[in-house]
Amino acid sequence: MIVFVFHRIVCLRLTPIISIYMKANFRTIVNHQNYRIFNIGQSHYVTVPTSLTGAIFHVNEIRSFIARIVDEILRKNSNHAALAVIGIKTRGAILAERIARGIRETAGITVPLGFLDITLYRDDLGATLHQPILQGSEIDFDVTGKDIILVDDVLFTGRTVRAALDELADMGRSASIQLTVLVDRGLRELPIQADFTGTSIVTTRDQEIKVYVSEVDGEDAILIRNVGDRPQ
Amino acid sequence: MTLSSRHLLGLEGMPKEELQLILDTATSFRAVLDRPIKKVPTLQGKTIVNLFLESSTRTRISFELAERRLSADVVNFSADASSLRKGETLKDTARNIEAMKIDIVVIRHSAPGAPHFLSKVIKSNVINAGDGAHEHPTQALLDMYTIRERLGQIEGLHVCIVGDILHSRVALSNIYGLLAMGADVSVCGPKTLIPYGLERMGVRVFHNIDEAIRAADVLNVLRIQLERQALAFFPSIREYRLFFAVTKERLDRANRKITILHPGPINRDVELSADVADSDCSVILDQVLNGVAVRMAILFLLGTGK
Repeated sequence: MIVFVFHRIVCLRLTPIISIYMKANFRTIVNHQNYRIFNIGQSHYVTVPTSLTGAIFHVNEIRSFIARIVDEILRKNSNHAALAVIGIKTRGAILAERIARGIRETAGITVPLGFLDITLYRDDLGATLHQPILQGSEIDFDVTGKDIILVDDVLFTGRTVRAALDELADMGRSASIQLTVLVDRGLRELPIQADFTGTSIVTTRDQEIKVYVSEVDGEDAILIRNVGDRPQ
Repeated sequence: MTLSSRHLLGLEGMPKEELQLILDTATSFRAVLDRPIKKVPTLQGKTIVNLFLESSTRTRISFELAERRLSADVVNFSADASSLRKGETLKDTARNIEAMKIDIVVIRHSAPGAPHFLSKVIKSNVINAGDGAHEHPTQALLDMYTIRERLGQIEGLHVCIVGDILHSRVALSNIYGLLAMGADVSVCGPKTLIPYGLERMGVRVFHNIDEAIRAADVLNVLRIQLERQALAFFPSIREYRLFFAVTKERLDRANRKITILHPGPINRDVELSADVADSDCSVILDQVLNGVAVRMAILFLLGTGK
């Protein structure tokens, strides 16, 4: 684990300081003139300087994030019969499939799975420069009375989740909606928070976090880059 | 993928990709119509005027439902109670409406080209809800959507439009749209009611309903306007019915299931017999609900994005 984390950090182009904050117990793993890395308790925060570009996490970390999320979901929700997983298209939907599969493999239960297209509920439709593409929501079960695990890849301003909450409210009266995200990058513009988080990365507005999933992009990765960088 | 025009004035020249975009978008809106709350906030804050200067009930209601389901604000402007009776020109009526910051105008007018004229004169998006005997693009789109929904695809199907083709805007829009989507198109009706030279559009012309039924997978049966009889386009309703009515006996002779469409309102037992209209090969009621979804799709595509 120690060597593994060190190797990953060294692969990135660093300038001044990477500072990594954490939530639970910590002990110093590596001391370097430019960075210190703390062991992860339950989850961890990562701050990266604006010049950094590249993949921060790869398939193994993402797999462990999802496994931990599945455990937390099952621990927090004792009534498995009311669970349902709904992913926000596009990549949130794929992560939702993985979480539903993880729940099936861990607890042996099959939860209803649905996908949400929030295009019709966006608050920026009049101001977007491009034609919004409608894919359509696919939820073939009644959300009333269900504990919905709402899944998205990145939590940023919170506007996507706000749209998803409105759309779910129009579909029925769920018992609860628990937000699950792979990456929380801060910079919220609405009072929205995640119940289950893979990792938190402190970013600035001129950075961009992208989640790649192997089903669509060929590999699993969490990338950071400056806005305006060309895609890798 | 986006629509190339800010307006929907007709299906003439619309490429297959744009037609498919509208039909695919309509599929999502059709799903909204099955929800307990059949409303989305997508066009909230937008104002839409239904400028129906020729009388219509079903098209106007369908548009109004589509607009309200998208949470837009709707203003209805009908032919009778309008300033046009006082002699105001269409241009001034439209300019006045635009001054009130209307986003989309849905216009039905008895003069062909009125929507095209309007689109040059006002800045709002313009949707043609039927201009004279020219085009009725939303009707053709919902017909194509219904065919696609029932039969899986449009390409390669043979669609025959039966009835008064000469005076039908539904027929012309359907011809443009179906040909672009790769269907074989034919028409069937008395020689007095089929425009001369229609074959040049790539459309086959039948004057015998049994021949047409033998060739077709889908029949789109148009309403015969009883007033035409008075103008001597055909001798009598009875004679029209004898030669061109789509009846169960005629369809049974075809030995395969033929899908029946009708834009409405039906003259029962004139162009379409009652038992066919109520049978399970008729998709007439699906057309009505699909019409709301298709109009929602068009309003969405024109009303959002820049």
